[in-house]
Amino acid sequence: MNTDLLIQLVVNGLIIGTLYGVVAMCFVLIYKSTQIVNFAQGEFLLIGAWTCWWLLTTWQVPFWLGFPLTLVFMAVFGIALQVIVLRPLIGEPIISVIMVTVGLSLFFQAMMKWMFGVFAQPYPEVFGTKAMNVLGLNVQTPYIMSMAISLLIMVGFAWFFKFSRFGLAMRATAFNQQVAQSLGISVKSVFAMAWAISAVVSALAGVVVGMVNGVSSALSFFGIKVFPVVILGGLDSIVGAIVGGLIIGVLENVAEFVDSQYLNWGNLYTVVPFYALILILMIKPYGLFGTKQIERI
Amino acid sequence: MASTASALIPCGQFKTEYRKDTTIFPTPMSRGFAIAAVLLLCIAPLQIGGVELLSPYQLNILIQIGYYGIAALGLNILVGFTGQISLGHAAFFGFGAFASAWLNNDFGVPVFWAIPLAGLMTTVVGMLFGIPAARIKGLYLAIATFAAQFILEDFFARADWFTGGSSGTIAQSFSIFGFAITGDRQYFYVVLAYMVVLFLLGANLLRSRDGRAFVAVRDHYLSAEIMGINLTKYRVLSFGVAAFYAGVGGALFGHYLSFVSAESFTILLSIQFLGMIIIGGLGSVMGTLMGTAFMVLLPEVVQAFSQTAGNVFPALTDGIAFLKEGAIGLAIVLFLIFEPDGLAHRWKMIKAYWKLYPFSY
Repeated sequence: MNTDLLIQLVVNGLIIGTLYGVVAMCFVLIYKSTQIVNFAQGEFLLIGAWTCWWLLTTWQVPFWLGFPLTLVFMAVFGIALQVIVLRPLIGEPIISVIMVTVGLSLFFQAMMKWMFGVFAQPYPEVFGTKAMNVLGLNVQTPYIMSMAISLLIMVGFAWFFKFSRFGLAMRATAFNQQVAQSLGISVKSVFAMAWAISAVVSALAGVVVGMVNGVSSALSFFGIKVFPVVILGGLDSIVGAIVGGLIIGVLENVAEFVDSQYLNWGNLYTVVPFYALILILMIKPYGLFGTKQIERI
Repeated sequence: MASTASALIPCGQFKTEYRKDTTIFPTPMSRGFAIAAVLLLCIAPLQIGGVELLSPYQLNILIQIGYYGIAALGLNILVGFTGQISLGHAAFFGFGAFASAWLNNDFGVPVFWAIPLAGLMTTVVGMLFGIPAARIKGLYLAIATFAAQFILEDFFARADWFTGGSSGTIAQSFSIFGFAITGDRQYFYVVLAYMVVLFLLGANLLRSRDGRAFVAVRDHYLSAEIMGINLTKYRVLSFGVAAFYAGVGGALFGHYLSFVSAESFTILLSIQFLGMIIIGGLGSVMGTLMGTAFMVLLPEVVQAFSQTAGNVFPALTDGIAFLKEGAIGLAIVLFLIFEPDGLAHRWKMIKAYWKLYPFSY
């Protein structure tokens, strides 16, 4: 048994898992506050990464300026999306809400491919050396950065929802929209804000992944991987999203290890999360931390 | 839904029995139109005096509407009638295509029998993936079928014995009683026959006990259960029926193209199927056909448009593949915002307008 490889893969899994966790957190944020399942979450990563790439290469904007500009753009984009597309759909049946985000995902992906091509584009170097040696393990610098950024985002989220006025308003809205509205909370702006935050944080994750692997439409696959993560963690639990992200990240890489060492099936790595998803739905549909829906007649 | 428009019945139509109220065609007029449409389609592929009534290109589009329409009707029975959500319909469609080719190539089953058999095989697979529907519903079911799509896609790429793996498999052309069907003009009749039979069955299903149970499960599942409808049975059965339609549609697709490969059955096709029934109208047999026609014609229209406009904007012709994909996504979003009841509803409104003309207010 190749222990070194296993440890390396588990570490990779943890790193990628924190990124899954961050994207899943954005997904949960939207679901919790607006009851919309966002199938276009991966496209947020894609659009963010491409916008930043475009600013840095075509316009030669320095990173310290281009990055915040991207985030501002994504905030506006998220709000616009909520106001134009999703506000008319409030109160529609669930199939409509699902299909509208699926349609958006298809549309944005096609537009991004049209504008920027289908090939992966490398990011300009932002952080000096490419790989670092941590405790005998080979870890790429942007990955360490991504881990740090992800942890920062998670702490930020925790602070935002526990202490900030707006975060409390969002939690109140998630708990009960009508009561929140009667207490003077503008539910409309909470909805818009949820989409803005989700878009911004996803774009952040997109830029980080883009720095490591280059930007390409493969980035939107994060939006698909998010489903096993949130189902495992529970659809409406922020903590669940993080825990689920870590578990799925490690699971994927362990599957890769088993596959490459013993089975030689080829792409077990990509499908294992979906087998896990079906299994969880059969055993524990509300995930590890999700609230159980109780229906009253 | 569209109760006001559908309640409009022409003068002189007095129904005196319940049976007359549940006929497939509400008026003799609509039955006449349906028969006329089928007869018109029957002569469509003919050549009269050396002149082709339809060009091969137009015929190809009609055949596409045929096999996609069959599969879309299955999805509409699942989504529109039973209220379940499936994001993995393309996988069933693909399974039918592979199953029919496999039965024919490996066991020598004639294609004539292989197509319905493939439909039955797909039914079994569909019911298998429908089992989660017994426990979960709505959003969770959508995600489960989403996962099923990826699992089956992976299976297609891996199962060499069944699908020929990544290189795909050959599907023989259709033959009936030793008479080989060659070319689009003859195959058109095969698709037409399947389509007429399956659409009539689909419309008839709604009049049956099982069909009414499906609708009851959709409208209020708790009430349905209290009335003695076995929820698990009907949810799984609905998946089975949907998969049967998808399997037959897929088999027709496979024998038409005579080559089946796993790349044809991605999540994009699943989304297209859902787009067809949403654009056509959920829970409407006629709407399914309209939506399918819309979805098949949309990429062609985009292509024609970008070719004419391409002289002025060259970027349009370069990204034509992406434009087609984007147009599908955009069409779904716009329909959901502006016409959530689909084309079938719009059609009823137009009919109602003319029935009451000039007092249509």
